[in-house]
Amino acid sequence: MLSDWMYIGIFMLLSVFLPAVAIVIAGILGPKKPSPIKNSTYECGIETVGETWVQFKAQYYVYALVFLVFDVETIFLYPWALAYNQQTFFMVTEAILFILILLGGLIYAIRKGVLEWQ
Amino acid sequence: MPNFWSDPFGFLIQWFNNLLLGWGLPGGTVQFIAYVVGAFILVAGSLFFCLLLIWAERKIGGRVQDRLGPNRVGPFGLVQAVADMLKIFTKEFVTPDGVDKVVYNLAPIMSVAAVILLWAVIPFTITFYGNDLNVGVLYLVAVGGLADLSIVMAGWSSNNKFALLGAFRAVAQLISYEVPLVISLLLPVMLSGSMKLNEIVRAQDVPFIVTAPIAAAIFFISSIAENGRAPFDLMEAESEIVAGFNVEYSGLKFGFFFVGDFLHAFTIAMLFSVLFLGGWRGPGADQIPILGFVYMMIKTSIMYFLGLLVRFSLPRFRIDQMMNINWKMLTPIALGAVMATAFVDKATANVLATTTPVLGVILRTLILLVTNGMVLWVASDLMGSVLTRKERRVVALEARPVARPEPPAAPIEPTEGEVS
Amino acid sequence: MILQILFIIIAVVTLVSAIFVVTAHKLMHAALWLVLALFGVAVLFAFLEASFFAVVQVLVYIGAIAILVIFAVMLTRRVMDDSGPQLIKGWWVALVGVGALFVGLLAALGTWVGFQAGPGPSPDPALLTQLGSDLVDPTKYAIPFEVASILLLAALVGAIYIAADKKGGKE
Repeated sequence: MLSDWMYIGIFMLLSVFLPAVAIVIAGILGPKKPSPIKNSTYECGIETVGETWVQFKAQYYVYALVFLVFDVETIFLYPWALAYNQQTFFMVTEAILFILILLGGLIYAIRKGVLEWQ
Repeated sequence: MPNFWSDPFGFLIQWFNNLLLGWGLPGGTVQFIAYVVGAFILVAGSLFFCLLLIWAERKIGGRVQDRLGPNRVGPFGLVQAVADMLKIFTKEFVTPDGVDKVVYNLAPIMSVAAVILLWAVIPFTITFYGNDLNVGVLYLVAVGGLADLSIVMAGWSSNNKFALLGAFRAVAQLISYEVPLVISLLLPVMLSGSMKLNEIVRAQDVPFIVTAPIAAAIFFISSIAENGRAPFDLMEAESEIVAGFNVEYSGLKFGFFFVGDFLHAFTIAMLFSVLFLGGWRGPGADQIPILGFVYMMIKTSIMYFLGLLVRFSLPRFRIDQMMNINWKMLTPIALGAVMATAFVDKATANVLATTTPVLGVILRTLILLVTNGMVLWVASDLMGSVLTRKERRVVALEARPVARPEPPAAPIEPTEGEVS
Repeated sequence: MILQILFIIIAVVTLVSAIFVVTAHKLMHAALWLVLALFGVAVLFAFLEASFFAVVQVLVYIGAIAILVIFAVMLTRRVMDDSGPQLIKGWWVALVGVGALFVGLLAALGTWVGFQAGPGPSPDPALLTQLGSDLVDPTKYAIPFEVASILLLAALVGAIYIAADKKGGKE
């Protein structure tokens, strides 16, 4: 199995290396004429006003949290799904209980209205 | 030594290995060099294949929209993508002030790498695949998750409020749609008993799109949303936040975001055909591996064409509609499908074991189809009432203007500066 | 031999990026170094041929928790600012203390005779299936499995409560 991961490692290195090479080539081929106007930040064609910070809504954080909870839930479910064919009915019921508990959490979140986009 | 005509890939691999062994290199080094060459071919091949994909997309898009698409450069405009690539290669890299050099340059590379890495585990034929990773399905989702990190890097390093805002909305969309994607992938793993992609293909005597249609539909929709194509293309909507997170990128760096986008669309089609349509399976694919490759390409092309049709026909969703669809529709339906399939399959397993194998397979397929239909029916019932009820309540609570008994206070004077 | 060199490289990368997480000037850089450190840990899992954990590490830590950390970083207002050098005045005291702890741990591990220098035998791929069966086996880990789901539910409800509170406060 280590050879599997060795292959993935090589693949990863190559898939970073080849686009990097392409970008370097394009950097060599292209003209380089920086000017103050070209280098200024883009803001619908007018000059920038104020410092660069954004009003960050707490909504994004809620989405990330709910995503995290469901991600971890699915991680628990993958080994169970792998062993599905060797399990008894009782074991399957237990996993269904697991999913039901979290489905309840999701419905609570929906009813509370935290998953709406304001 | 496999026959060249029936298995060209296997033949070439064997020939190359024998060549290296004949030069007297030890076995480990031979394997290493074979890996490097194989990976290089896949990576470079996928990047160059993208040129064909760009042409196909523009041509088909043109036809769908009742116009011709590129037809000047080369026969049928085939060389158009090459001309575009040449142009992009020679454009200047306009780097704005104040960007974080390392992160800014790393973002497009990571965006493309996240897509190319998916090709490492896809089985093209019964013998030709990158490597059959033990946890192939989870690997797919994990690598897909790297893409949203690259978007955050791109948005943040551009030193531009609009890029940052666009990046946040894009990442919110991507992580939301990853949930039904991961859940729907539980079903092929459950039905085939393995996370290896080749095993999943082998287990599809009946393609999983028949026994788990809900999972297939949810996977397809979530993948389109993960890719950022229409109707989920808020990320690159030009009318919204002026081209979003990649607004400060020019030349090939912008080109790489694009290449990643197009390649991801094709990779989604390939993954769908591997996971749900049976990959390289077809009549005679076991004995003649090259036929498996042909079947796989046919199935992938059909799914890619479907994806393109969806892209060019449907209007864009608003961001709140997108989030509603994801959290209120796709996730509960996905969870419900997993639960229902697990329950029904186990409950009827004992009964089905007593029948003959062929009849057992047919009955199981029918039972699972019926289960999926019931889940969909129950879900649409519940969802319909939940979604519309919510909207109606909001409208009813809004304060509505009431007719006033007295006349309005005073006529409105024009201000000093206004011309009357 | 090759594996040894690769392992040392990966370990050094992980440790160096962990150091940079703490000493980076800009908050966003610290978050990105954290991503690199987590990725190094995933590669270490792959070295041990624990494929499932390597993939789960990337999926959960880098795909979810790193994004969460980056969002949390963005919630602070002055995220673009350079916070200056992050070392406090008496940092060498902490270094001595940590060094002593490290030496002590090494000495304690030196008395253990259970481990070897190279990678161990490849784990059986069927172990993952066994884990799946054991997770729901009533005699093995079924109760912790269900408790884990309740724990996740508690986390979800807590997050919703805090977020709804915040939104109510903002309005």
